[in-house]
Amino acid sequence: MTDPVTDPVTGPAHGGGTVLDVRDLRVRVDTARGTADIVNGLSYSVAAGETVAVVGESGSGKSVSVLALLGLLPGHARVSGTAAFRGRDLLAMSEAELRTVRGNGIGMVFQDPMTSLNPVLTVGRQLTEGLLAHGRAGGRKAARARAAELLADVGLPDPRGALDRYPHELSGGMRQRVVIAIALSGDPALLIADEATTALDVTVQAQILELVAGLQRERGTGVVWITHDLGVVAGTADRVLVMYGGRCVEDGSVDDVFEAPAHPYTRGLLGALPALHDEDGADGAPAERPDLVAIGGTPPPPTDLPPGCVFWPRCPVRGDERCATEQPPLVPVRGSGPVPHRAATFYGERLQQTEVGA
Amino acid sequence: MTALAVRRTLQAVVVLLGVSVVTFALVHLVPGDPVRLALGTRFDQATYDALRERAGLDQPLVVQYLQWIGRAVTGDLGVSFRSGDPVTALILERLPATLSLALASILVALLIAVPLGTASALRPRSFVDGAATVLSQIGISVPEFWMGIMLILLFAGTLGWFPSSGYVPFTEDPALWLRSLVLPAVTTGLVSGSVLTRFTRSSVLEALGAEHVRTARAKGLPPRAVLDWHVLRNALLPLVTVTGVQLAYLLSGVVVVEIVFAWPGLGQLALQAVEARDYPVLQGAVLLFAFVFLLLNLVVDLLYSRLDPRISA
Repeated sequence: MTDPVTDPVTGPAHGGGTVLDVRDLRVRVDTARGTADIVNGLSYSVAAGETVAVVGESGSGKSVSVLALLGLLPGHARVSGTAAFRGRDLLAMSEAELRTVRGNGIGMVFQDPMTSLNPVLTVGRQLTEGLLAHGRAGGRKAARARAAELLADVGLPDPRGALDRYPHELSGGMRQRVVIAIALSGDPALLIADEATTALDVTVQAQILELVAGLQRERGTGVVWITHDLGVVAGTADRVLVMYGGRCVEDGSVDDVFEAPAHPYTRGLLGALPALHDEDGADGAPAERPDLVAIGGTPPPPTDLPPGCVFWPRCPVRGDERCATEQPPLVPVRGSGPVPHRAATFYGERLQQTEVGA
Repeated sequence: MTALAVRRTLQAVVVLLGVSVVTFALVHLVPGDPVRLALGTRFDQATYDALRERAGLDQPLVVQYLQWIGRAVTGDLGVSFRSGDPVTALILERLPATLSLALASILVALLIAVPLGTASALRPRSFVDGAATVLSQIGISVPEFWMGIMLILLFAGTLGWFPSSGYVPFTEDPALWLRSLVLPAVTTGLVSGSVLTRFTRSSVLEALGAEHVRTARAKGLPPRAVLDWHVLRNALLPLVTVTGVQLAYLLSGVVVVEIVFAWPGLGQLALQAVEARDYPVLQGAVLLFAFVFLLLNLVVDLLYSRLDPRISA
């Protein structure tokens, strides 16, 4: 994939330019147990044709952070910050304006294709309703023809026949292809995949990843790939953003983050990943190591985040008093390419000199 | 689809036969002698025996049952002990009144339940939701006869808008038929509607939480399209089942309401038959109720398989 030229502040701006630019995104929800700070000042940008992976455990706020962009969170969620999509701030848009972006400029693929399609409507109906709502087809007939084309694009056998089938008549992989076809029906500049391969078999996962990569190359779509699967990140993303406790704890090019992770949490995640014995040593695969290392403890509840570093209670380094009281800012650490490599820790550079898992 | 229909119909026939045995046995187990009741206090043994013989009551129960069921399959349910009229004719005569009331009631119930239940589910814990909850609790707990009497006092008595009781056949005067129908239909409709409101609320709430609703919103569909096609369309499935059960209940004659409104329906017929130990009429009525129940269940099942493609034919 291309290596976009990067401006240190706004992120990559190259080729088709910046598609999405998120600044200081915050999501709060008032709950019975107090205010939950689910996303806390997230900033990133996505260029045309680029894939940005957002990685984190469940509960790290990664899904919420993208649902917030499209106004798909429940009404009581309080969202602040800016999210410029092709220059227009999504977070300042009215519901009616957002509807013109949803499924049109931005397509979304959800986690479980078993539940993200309506079981009682045909595939054709679920594809054409979006096309018709956005005025992308003259009438029902034209919409059906376009829907069949889209199904062919995502590699569904017998696309015309599939229009009249119900989701349960298709396999999981085929259903996810349908969901992708729906996401692509608006010819989006940005595709958001929220754990889009998590519920699928490994072989099907690979097919779906390949499909999206291919479509992205053809159309120059920017992709935000939300996942907890570092294997997926390594295989597809240009850049990666590691989330913990609703914050970005590390970001940079995939090569940099995998080769020299600077944040203890990222290092923990990589330590929890089985080693790929990569004989060439190429491809940014993690170096081999003897054992899997689990990260002790659980993420803090969003209603009760620690005052200092969010990872401090679980951190194996647990540097000093400063970590417990002061939030470490996202600062540059050692990196190789034009994409800045940053980590929110006071010990980044020092950790980079040791082996992961050591 | 047809395979399912055939299978379900066969099942229904078996169940109906079972019900006929139980009904027959129960009716004959109830204490009280129909012949004695028909004759009054003064009679001689010869008349009594003759009447028993004519009604076939001197035969063993098994023989009586076989004779009854054998004729029943041809549509002959015997004759009433009390009036001597054919039971089938008695039932058919009452059917239009019950059918009118049941269908009108379910219509009233759905007209209340679907909008109110949906509105509640869309704004949980809002004023509308709270009001709907309280009203439906009242509707469920208030006895039908009391509700009926209150409606009569207000709308027939004070306001004089509707007749207080009685039934006018549609064929006689459609306008009067409708006017006579309003109060009893509202009485039972309010009760059924309360049950259905609670039910609609919970199924719409459940449908709202489904992930495909988020997909639909992410497509950029207008709210109305999301609600109609991705929420209500799915919430309809469980609602169909419960509506079927409610309708079956209403068709089996809402005895209390029929008494309050002097409504010449099947419930009234069955009640009179019990009082007179009029075995043929009672058996016929119960068999009909069972038949209606099974038929509606069959219709619901078939409708369900049309509405939910996951239920394979």
